[in-house]
Amino acid sequence: MMEVRGLISHYGRIQALSGIDLRVEAGELVALVGANGAGKTTLLRALSGVQPLSGGAIWFEGADITRTKPADRVGLGIAQVPEGRQVFGPLSVEDNLKLGTYRRRGPNVAQDIERVYTQFPILKEKRQQAAGTLSGGQQQMLAIGRALMSHPKLLLLDEPSMGLAPLLVEEIFRTVTELKKEGTTIFLVEQNATAALAIADRGYVLETGKVVLEGKGADLLANDEVKAAYLGGV
Amino acid sequence: MLSSFLQFLISGVTVGAIYALCGLGFSIIFNASHVINFAQGEFIMIGAMSAVWLADAGVPLPLAVILAILVTMAVGVLLEKLAVEPARKASVTTLIIITIGASIFLRGLAQEVWDKNFHKLESFSGETPINLLGAVLMPQTIWVLGTAVIVILLLAWFFNRTLEGKAMLATSFNPLAAQLMGINTKRVLLISFGLSAGLGAVGGIVITPITFTAYDNGIMLGLKGFSAAVLGGLGNGAGAVAGGLIVGIAEAMAAGYLSSAYKDAVAFIIILAVLVFMPNGLFGRKGTERV
Ligand SMILES: Nc1ncnc2c1ncn2[C@@H]1O[C@H](COP(=O)(O)OP(=O)(O)O)[C@@H](O)[C@H]1O
Ligand SMILES: [Mg+2]
Repeated sequence: MMEVRGLISHYGRIQALSGIDLRVEAGELVALVGANGAGKTTLLRALSGVQPLSGGAIWFEGADITRTKPADRVGLGIAQVPEGRQVFGPLSVEDNLKLGTYRRRGPNVAQDIERVYTQFPILKEKRQQAAGTLSGGQQQMLAIGRALMSHPKLLLLDEPSMGLAPLLVEEIFRTVTELKKEGTTIFLVEQNATAALAIADRGYVLETGKVVLEGKGADLLANDEVKAAYLGGV
Repeated sequence: MLSSFLQFLISGVTVGAIYALCGLGFSIIFNASHVINFAQGEFIMIGAMSAVWLADAGVPLPLAVILAILVTMAVGVLLEKLAVEPARKASVTTLIIITIGASIFLRGLAQEVWDKNFHKLESFSGETPINLLGAVLMPQTIWVLGTAVIVILLLAWFFNRTLEGKAMLATSFNPLAAQLMGINTKRVLLISFGLSAGLGAVGGIVITPITFTAYDNGIMLGLKGFSAAVLGGLGNGAGAVAGGLIVGIAEAMAAGYLSSAYKDAVAFIIILAVLVFMPNGLFGRKGTERV
């Protein structure tokens, strides 16, 4: 479904991505794990088109989208739940969800909103409240719900468990697993390597802008190098 | 006593409505870009001068008004495209200086295209005064207030009820997240300049039968609209409307009870007082319902 070849990106003179190759097949849940500063967010920004590239190409459903505008990528079916949730704080929960349909418009908005509310009942309770007043976990649910409103083919998740209490982390990972079961293709970026690799079909390990390991989720979990570098300390 | 107070109030609310529209223009562009567009007053002038020019050339008034609004919106869009967009990566201060440059350029252009004289537009529905508790109400005053109310309600509807309006607000709160929703944030900037220019033009056109217009009329009106926006809290739509009315009424009262020499000073005193004592304006900038 998506393929990335030789992706390079800089912040000024700092090279944040040094030739990334990876792919995500339709229906897969692929995890990308790596320490803080490895370049995970930069990669997701590049996939959504909001990060300037100095080299490489991104293919989506057989088409080269390297130069496609960010807004048009959403139209193609790539949605991102960005790091730090990034909800529209002063707008209501419901308005945040409606904005998720911006590229799609379509007639079933009310129905889709209900679907998100079924998945996250707390959002229904707070539907008229400003998104900024929600707790971190609730904002994460809202950010995920908002991305789902666009009917994405590929969902990019940037550290959805960051800063959440263990119970909430579990709930978020359960949600991600459910979404995969419903057929959404997912690219999950996490520092929480254990949890992410445990639910992933395949995984990549990113270190200072380079993919250093790849394999089945379960194999990476069992890999000694991965264990030593990421699983012990996290 | 009452009748002269009422007379001052009427004239204050009338000019205040124009300051409110101008202040809304400031706020919309500020929300989209954090730029204070000092060419906002020139939008008022261009709207008014084009309407006068078209009407003098024999174009029927309603058509002249519509064309003048469209011309001004085109100027707003061009300003964004040619002067602001290319410098988008520059600091906000640079962008503000660009808008000051643009305002000087537009005044110069107006002087060349038209002239330096004062111009009047005929009143929309006659000049027969209406007596209101001893005060005089001109029919054009009703046009001004009615137009302002309708425009403000339309704006409130646009920003609070339509997806396009909410997308513009979303862009002002979080441009990155807005992009990730598929919102074209460049287009939002363009729309906000077009919209603000249109607001300025509408205000300038309806007030011209009362106050006359000239190529440099935008300076004062722009500064007063700016003080309205600052008073209400830059970026706060309802605040800009309240701020406009307060500035308008305050200066009408000062002119009426003190001396008309103090009229223009009022707006400046308000700007200074707000900046010193309440930098976020009367209503602050935060809140869920900023237009
Ligand atoms: N806005 C920025 N300006 C300069 N350097 C940045 C910026 N954002 C990230 N970086 C650098 O790029 C590298 C990758 O960052 P990032 O993609 O955020 O990593 P991760 O998401 O894996 O924590 C880091 O070295 C970081 O310091
Ligand atoms: Mg990150």
